[in-house]
Amino acid sequence: MNLIVIFISAAIVNNFVLSQFLGICPFVGVSKRLDSAVSMGMAVTFVMTITAVVTWLIYHLLLVPYNLEILQYVSFILVIASLVQLVEMFIRKVSKPLYDSLGIFLPLITTNCAILGLALISVLRNYSFMESLIYSIGAGAGFTLALVIMAGIREELELADVPKQFQGAAITMIIAGSLALAFMGFAGLI
Amino acid sequence: MDLSAILISMGGMGGIGLIFATGLAIANKKLHVEEDPRIAQINDVLPGANCGGCGFAGCMNFAENVVKGNAPLNGCPVGGVGTANEIAKILGVEVEAGEPLKARVLCQGGLNEMAIKGEYLGLKSCVAAHISGGAMKLCEWGCLGFGDCVSACMFDAIYMNENRLPVVIEDKCVGCGKCAEACPRNIIEMHPISHRVFVKCRNQDAGKYSRLVCTRACIGCGICVREAGENMMYLENGLAHFNYEKWGNKADLPTQKCPNHVLVSLDEEGTT
Repeated sequence: MNLIVIFISAAIVNNFVLSQFLGICPFVGVSKRLDSAVSMGMAVTFVMTITAVVTWLIYHLLLVPYNLEILQYVSFILVIASLVQLVEMFIRKVSKPLYDSLGIFLPLITTNCAILGLALISVLRNYSFMESLIYSIGAGAGFTLALVIMAGIREELELADVPKQFQGAAITMIIAGSLALAFMGFAGLI
Repeated sequence: MDLSAILISMGGMGGIGLIFATGLAIANKKLHVEEDPRIAQINDVLPGANCGGCGFAGCMNFAENVVKGNAPLNGCPVGGVGTANEIAKILGVEVEAGEPLKARVLCQGGLNEMAIKGEYLGLKSCVAAHISGGAMKLCEWGCLGFGDCVSACMFDAIYMNENRLPVVIEDKCVGCGKCAEACPRNIIEMHPISHRVFVKCRNQDAGKYSRLVCTRACIGCGICVREAGENMMYLENGLAHFNYEKWGNKADLPTQKCPNHVLVSLDEEGTT
């Protein structure tokens, strides 16, 4: 039960993008087309899940026993950077068009605060191994959800008659704000 | 904090780094993607600063787009002439493909030819002068003479002569068209190298007025059009034009008939 609560909380109620405002960069950058938004969500979810597992192991098996908690930032970033490299190579091998459409935002997952934030929050809340795994999957699902909703809206927006002053970045910001407002509605769910 | 803590943290971090490095090295071999070797070669000659000055996401991305043909050879503003030449060397054949374009300056109104309307104390830039009503020369179509084209050229192929008119050095011109873009009055045009004859004026004023502003202005008299024969040339907006498709390599041009010496044949003069 606890695990389900953690999942729902990470995915919807405390959605990383729309409630905690982490990972805004790809949220705005890669939400122009639905298919690339889905793949970006997948890539981030993958990195998040593996990061959560590996950082949990590093933190609890290496850093805590030797009182080296101060090194958590360095070691977490190390893990994230390596994983992103791996994902980048993999996507490039499997699908070159996808690699091109993600562009600079793929290597930028390294500096995506959602992922480092996830690892640090897991430590902060003292999650067990299972809990932090579920938490990371939930966070990834929430990130993908936010990206997909945004991309869906922006694809529709291409056909909409937006006033000239609001075209481009402005309307994107307004929509992101409205989405965040909408997600506030989930606050009472848990 | 004793010494062992330092050693453990060094060992721990080093170990983690080593594990990931090994993993990535293996993955790099397994997931290696065959790509055009020229991309790597071009990436090597680029400055590698990833500044984005070319408009692409980093040097590698620029190299890919150069190979694909989406980016100009001289698109790297940091590398400048040297880098552009090296890229041209790597791509070799593709640079030679197609008829090379050369920049042609279509104005002969230097300080000596043009009527002066007053003193200009503003910013020494053609764009600024154009916006603010056009420097000191009376002609509203002609060269402003501040050399925006010279600063736009990354190959040092264009300079201002003492008459304050740009001169293109044909051998150095790579036909990138940067000068033509930079010119606010569109005096510089890109022409295939086979075009040897030009109407060196852009003035569309009525003949009486254009004769007043510049001694080398096309007054739209139509003598050349009549001399050249049917469809070889035509008049439009008070300005003579060549019909280059019909002209071919015809050499006997009525240059001498032009009252203001606006018609110029490169083969006769040997200048650009």
